[in-house]
Amino acid sequence: MDNATIERIIDNHQCEASSLIQILLDIQNELHWLPTEALEMVSEKLRVPMSRIQHTATFYKAFSLVPKGRHEINVCMGTACHVRGAPRVLDVVQNITGIRPGETDPEMKFSLDTVNCLGCCALGPVMEIDEQHLGKLVPDMAADLLKNYD
Amino acid sequence: MINSPAELEQLRQDILSKRDPGKSRISVCAGAGCLATGASKVISAFDAEIEKQGLKGEVSTKGTGCPGFCERGPVVVIDPEETCYLQVTPKDVPEIVSRTIKERKVIERLLYVDPATNEKAVRESDIPFYRNQERNIIGNNSKIDPKCIDDYLALGGYSALAKVLFRMTSEQVVEEVRKSGLRGRGGGGFPTGIKWDAARNAPAEAKYVIVNADEGDPGAFMDRAVLEGNPHSILEGLIIGAYAIGSHEGYVYVRQEYPLALENVGIAIRQAEEYGFLGRNILGSGFDFNVKVHRGAGAFVCGEETALLLSLEGRPGEPRSRPPYPATRGLWGKPTNINNVETWANVPLIINRGADWFNRFGTEKSKGTKIFSLVGKIKNTGLVEVPMGVTLRDIIYKIGDGIPGGKKFKAVQTGGPAGGCIPEQHLDIAVDFDELVKAGAIMGSGGMIVMDEDTCMVDVARYFLNFLTQESCGKCSPCREGVKQMHRILTNITEGRGKEGDIELLEELAMSTGSASLCALGRSAPNPVLSTIRYFRHEYEAHIREKRCPSYCCKELVSYYIDPEKCQACLVCMRKCTSEAIAGAKHRIHVIDQAKCNKCGTCFEVCPARFGAVIRLTGEAEPVPGAIPDELRIVVRKKEAKKEARKEAEQEAEKEAR
Repeated sequence: MDNATIERIIDNHQCEASSLIQILLDIQNELHWLPTEALEMVSEKLRVPMSRIQHTATFYKAFSLVPKGRHEINVCMGTACHVRGAPRVLDVVQNITGIRPGETDPEMKFSLDTVNCLGCCALGPVMEIDEQHLGKLVPDMAADLLKNYD
Repeated sequence: MINSPAELEQLRQDILSKRDPGKSRISVCAGAGCLATGASKVISAFDAEIEKQGLKGEVSTKGTGCPGFCERGPVVVIDPEETCYLQVTPKDVPEIVSRTIKERKVIERLLYVDPATNEKAVRESDIPFYRNQERNIIGNNSKIDPKCIDDYLALGGYSALAKVLFRMTSEQVVEEVRKSGLRGRGGGGFPTGIKWDAARNAPAEAKYVIVNADEGDPGAFMDRAVLEGNPHSILEGLIIGAYAIGSHEGYVYVRQEYPLALENVGIAIRQAEEYGFLGRNILGSGFDFNVKVHRGAGAFVCGEETALLLSLEGRPGEPRSRPPYPATRGLWGKPTNINNVETWANVPLIINRGADWFNRFGTEKSKGTKIFSLVGKIKNTGLVEVPMGVTLRDIIYKIGDGIPGGKKFKAVQTGGPAGGCIPEQHLDIAVDFDELVKAGAIMGSGGMIVMDEDTCMVDVARYFLNFLTQESCGKCSPCREGVKQMHRILTNITEGRGKEGDIELLEELAMSTGSASLCALGRSAPNPVLSTIRYFRHEYEAHIREKRCPSYCCKELVSYYIDPEKCQACLVCMRKCTSEAIAGAKHRIHVIDQAKCNKCGTCFEVCPARFGAVIRLTGEAEPVPGAIPDELRIVVRKKEAKKEARKEAEQEAEKEAR
């Protein structure tokens, strides 16, 4: 972990405790997770107790306290995708990756998550792999798509 | 920096005079939906092609906000003719430039074809999807490059702000908004004028105004479309509200899941500051106002205003009880007014055109238009803006063009996780705040999810309760425990463990959760359960009594089976099976290993219709037949021959047995 990066992020927000969430979001964007050392630095600099940082970091879904895999899969579980068969797509993705939402496989290849709506309902069921939208999915197509990643 | 309304008008005239209305303008939707289908490649293809064909400077290209017709994206509109091309790909671009731009001819194959009449629609406004709407707010999206403030000014932008600052008192502004009958678009439906009045009258030095852009309802994306497509309209509304209330500091609370919205709002704020619509002494009026953007970090409950306020302060968003309302005790304990994106976007229109104009749209108690996101099992997925009071049937059939695949409509779910499901027999109710509540649903933020015969209503209730279980902040026990227990019972029912009395227990839990919870999340959590029980009790009963899912949706209650009489051993299902559960070979009847099957339904979908060999079974009355003996798994093409062969094999087997 790069201490200077964390310091720069904290300084961008003028070390204000009210910017805690914004700071954590920036760290999450930069590192794709929140390492304990980073949180300790934030705690020290903002003079916010670790307990409150833990509370915040576990309350909001954008934050991850474990590292992410090389490819981040977000399967949309919005209502429109749900009625168009998203649960079946998710089942297949889980079967193939061997992980459940919120987990990363031991080889650090995939991290799997569900999201509540990506807002491209016309493409549903849709999933996002490394920020690329893959739409109009059916289970066997999702299975094929996952083979393209290593 | 603009220092007076006269300078603003002068600037507007300058912008307009530089624009030749006869010149071709290409607008490509660059909203999140179209970007996902490749809009950015289309835009760069246009730029390259225009240069290649030597038209640089004569034709302008811009990425605009979402016009709403997501189903047929990327959407391209070519002005001044208003020619509308749908599902445009980069390889269509050279032809569009050479034929439509240079020769002013229409390319037939890219036009919308009305499936009912087979007639082609050239202009955007001829397409039934648009024709049946009233696009007061979203209509401007396709005319504006959201990253360019001049586009907004060209359409009369910030004239309402100038009018308010120089020709109206704050009382008059509040009164105009009150008279318009505008009600909150975020879900509550509280009269905006009354809310503003309360914040205006609250005695305090510092007050805050906030845009609630934490759009969290799954299946609702109208706020995102306005944020991405016309951010200045929201800012203008916010500054007007700040003036009316007496606030000098505001926030736009945008969920971080909307990166493009965050980007465009950020750009809009910077431009508004440069032009003098934000900051000190706005337009020389002496009024000061600043805005900051705050990113939400992924918590549905933060759409609730007291939770949103805590989140703005950098804390976990756990709602508190009201009163005191934010109008008296809000951000940092100061009077605060929070309105939804669409509510703010209505404000400049009301100021410019007057409360009486706004009043003309809508029903007695619900005025104006409302944007709905029409999604799910519907032919025309997209954003639709209609006057309050149109019927659900008109929205679903006239604008949405009905259900795809010849399926039967079952219900429409409105209002997100706090809403309810409305069945066929109520499709003729007028859509407004009060009528939807009477039907057991709510307007909510405007999500409208259409469901067909394949959607199981018990599963839908379970889906929403699962969502709410995850999103409940856990502060008050009626919500934390009540929602969890309802979810548990619903899961039991959908997985075949339902028992008599479950429906009544759900109703009882719904009652107590609904009346005892702290915030709207828990108080409205029972709606998906109660509305589905009210209209689809028979589906609950089928699950509980017969372990049957009438929609073949709940996978624990459904099995897939290959009819040996019909299987032609074509290998398709076997190859496509996602769990390697199908055994078969050429001339060997395929068999599903029920233990391995993950019920994904792929075999059912891919089995050629002329065979129809894969069948779905559900309920205790339809057990899966035992696998046929191995020696009988030969496929003989002619049906009769197959039966004979089987008879022979059976006789032989009998002989052997003897």
